[in-house]
Amino acid sequence: MSSLFTRSGSASVLYDAPGPRARIRYRVFGVLSLLGIAALLWYAYDSLASNGQFDGGLWDLFQYTAIQQRILDGVLSTLKAFGLAALFSLTLGALLAAGRLSDHRPLRWAATAFVQFFRAMPLLILIVALYYAFFAKNPMWALVLGLTLYNGSVQAEIIRSGVNALPRGQSEAAFALGMRKSQVMTSILVPQAVRSMLPAMIGQMVVTLKDTSLGYVITYGELLYVGKQIAAQPLNSAGFPYIPVVLVMAPIYILMCLLLTALARWIEARGRRGANRRTPAAA
Amino acid sequence: MGIMFENGNFALFRDGFLQTIELSAISAVLAMLLGTLLAAFRVSPIPALRAFGTGWVTIFRNTPLTLLFFAVEFGLPALDVHFSHFTFAVLALGFYTASFVCEVLRSGINTVPLGQAEAARSLGMTFGQTLGLVVLPQAARTVLPPLSSVFIALPRNSAIAGAFSVDELYHVQQTLSEQGYSIFAIFFWVALAYLVISAAVNLLFRFLEKLTAVAR
Repeated sequence: MSSLFTRSGSASVLYDAPGPRARIRYRVFGVLSLLGIAALLWYAYDSLASNGQFDGGLWDLFQYTAIQQRILDGVLSTLKAFGLAALFSLTLGALLAAGRLSDHRPLRWAATAFVQFFRAMPLLILIVALYYAFFAKNPMWALVLGLTLYNGSVQAEIIRSGVNALPRGQSEAAFALGMRKSQVMTSILVPQAVRSMLPAMIGQMVVTLKDTSLGYVITYGELLYVGKQIAAQPLNSAGFPYIPVVLVMAPIYILMCLLLTALARWIEARGRRGANRRTPAAA
Repeated sequence: MGIMFENGNFALFRDGFLQTIELSAISAVLAMLLGTLLAAFRVSPIPALRAFGTGWVTIFRNTPLTLLFFAVEFGLPALDVHFSHFTFAVLALGFYTASFVCEVLRSGINTVPLGQAEAARSLGMTFGQTLGLVVLPQAARTVLPPLSSVFIALPRNSAIAGAFSVDELYHVQQTLSEQGYSIFAIFFWVALAYLVISAAVNLLFRFLEKLTAVAR
């Protein structure tokens, strides 16, 4: 769907195509807002600079291969927890979706209660409880299991809504051909639902990736934890490199998330070529 | 399960509960105001403002909230900005959630058919009338469901503030487990509290949806 606002000035819900006076007005506002943004950026730069945050001493540490290696290890730990959690949450999501779509009432209720509970629970609370209760020696599994329970529940809802959004004729035709419920599900409904919901599922994986940073709280050595470790060591004269660490960590996270989002967009664009297109809900 | 009624645990728990609600409510107001402003930027006819809105949303939606808390809690003091932990938490939560609010509002305005505004203009309505009487009411109705998931997520996300020295429910969980109570009993009560908050937000939005529903 092409956005109403990017159609080069021709039409928008909110304003007409500008006439000569409006165009001058827009230009004036444009210059003013550019000045405002520039002032904001300058203010940010100035307060960073006047507090010595651009001093070489605070940034030298990123030249050491030992530090680079630690950051790389942090990225790898993040990706490891993310990979495991993504895999397990998709599996759990499929199982829970099957439960919620089941014809057996107790199974449906159990799956519904499970999904509702873990969707309402703060992930941090869950992860920390798992950490204290079972995984005090192995924080990675507390993180992975917590991420799996929460994201699996969300993935289940995405898959379920994908199945429910399919035209009824799909399953009616399959039943009419003599398929059993499990066959209808696995060979007719789920493949179509997954295809149309793949962008939403990957969108939820972006959430999973971001939430790996909760491992910070339970001392799992992922990227943010590594950052904290680096920043907590004072450098001789320059103080603690908290801001340089944030300025290095944030782009790494943003880049990883944007890559995943780009993958979702690409898949969505591919899927759009077919007839079966649907816009998924935000994660 | 009786731990709540021993040694003044109830007072601790109640304070944490109220702190979570207060933190969520204030952050929600900040997120709503800032998110509306950003959405206005993103649909404005001025390219510089649109770029600013896009940049904000891209950065804040793709940064982990934990990292934002870290940046605010440790970064701002390094810049000689000193607020209470609570204010820092409001800033992190509000800035983060604002980017989601912005996207929801923008997509809501996008769903209003162009013809609606054209019809309003052809009736001679001013920009303010078109926006206030025709476009926004329709947009608001369509954004209520996605907005409700944003604001149900907010109290959940606020738990991270507990890991950054705000005395809310997560902090209660930490304090009680350090005192040696069973983690399962603590989890039961904390989970219950969050379920109550989620349910309350859910009910509020259901009520709003019913209030603004039209028969089509």
